[in-house]
Amino acid sequence: MELHLILIFMIIAAIVAVVMKDLISSLIALSAAGLGLSLAFLILKAPNLAITQLVVEILVIIILIRATIRRDLPRVIDGRWVFNTSATLLFIACFLVFGYLALKELPDFGEPAMRASAGYILSGFEKTGAGNIVNAITSSFRSYDALGEAAVLFAAIIGLLAITRKAGRVRHEK
Amino acid sequence: MKNETGMTLIVKTVTRLTTGLIMIYGIYIILHGHVSPGGGFAGGVIIALSLIHLVLAFGKDVLGRKFTIERGVFLMSLGALVYLVYSAAGFMGKRQIPEGAAGSGIFNTGLIPLGDISLGLLTGIGLFVIFMLLVSLADREEK
Amino acid sequence: MSLYFLCFILFCVGLYAVLRKRNIIKIIIGIGIIEYAVNLFIILLGYRLQGRAPILSGDQEVLNMVDPLPQAMVLTTIVVGLAVVVILTGLAIRIYEKYGTFDITKIRRLRG
Repeated sequence: MELHLILIFMIIAAIVAVVMKDLISSLIALSAAGLGLSLAFLILKAPNLAITQLVVEILVIIILIRATIRRDLPRVIDGRWVFNTSATLLFIACFLVFGYLALKELPDFGEPAMRASAGYILSGFEKTGAGNIVNAITSSFRSYDALGEAAVLFAAIIGLLAITRKAGRVRHEK
Repeated sequence: MKNETGMTLIVKTVTRLTTGLIMIYGIYIILHGHVSPGGGFAGGVIIALSLIHLVLAFGKDVLGRKFTIERGVFLMSLGALVYLVYSAAGFMGKRQIPEGAAGSGIFNTGLIPLGDISLGLLTGIGLFVIFMLLVSLADREEK
Repeated sequence: MSLYFLCFILFCVGLYAVLRKRNIIKIIIGIGIIEYAVNLFIILLGYRLQGRAPILSGDQEVLNMVDPLPQAMVLTTIVVGLAVVVILTGLAIRIYEKYGTFDITKIRRLRG
């Protein structure tokens, strides 16, 4: 019951963030959706994820506000607006119909088939000595996945260094 | 003429009091990663947030000559190398885990705190370097 | 079942923002909303009714935990989503420097 209310709150905050014309207000609405997601993670019994989602969402909002302050766009509308919007809504309606038909094949909500995780839960403490099973999985059983995440952070730094260069070639004086 | 870098006096005073506490909280979450919720990633992001708090309140020249981008990337690579050595240590055979119940203290485990600390260093310093690059990109004017 | 469908509706709100908006910052907001919806869907798949958080304490009377494996995967996915938003913001700032606007219908020249 609480999950339904939190999801409806997130949908309303997302619609407000998409529709608003002022950039700062839509970023604040996006942070409200992120707070709702962190509460949903708490209700779904995932405290590691709630902490991580909260602090990462704070960082995203700080970066977006720092980059877009003092730069804004006047609102202008172009032609063929009716056709574009109706085509997009038709596509989204088809997507939702097929998504509903596909969701009927999933098992019921609340009864997962935990075949792979049963081994991790039963033998996690004897093999690693950690009480936090999620941390034991990310640091000990599947610890090479964090190297991939470190590679993504390095790629982000290299990408930003490549973007920051001035465009154009160095002209040699003739 | 007032000095223009950074925010108002109230924000600067509160920042001086709270930045150290936020960094200690991040280190606490990293060290207790295997007992209570948290872990390497969340603690690393909190450490990055404490340094970003300092830069936002005082202007971008407050960490002037001590924390250049090269030193940040060096620290980040050091964290990644330590994590690689810790991951590859699983090839060297079985280790003994000290006895004890699941929630009693943070020292009755194997090598997991080493992995958490290096992951927190990697994530924290990396996200701070990314933020400094974005700030220097957003603030340069056309010359 | 209705929770999964609400998750899909949240995904479609973000998808509408990516497809139809003309401001680059609105497109980045749409990608953030899509990322929230996908993470929530993966965690909803692994929930067990009347379950416990996957943390062992001193007294282990019954092991009735929710699924910890999707949580370990989404933990890495959240930080990767942050890196994607950072790169997009860098691109948006560079586009503003070069063309003077955030409007995507005015950046059609692919030279220089």
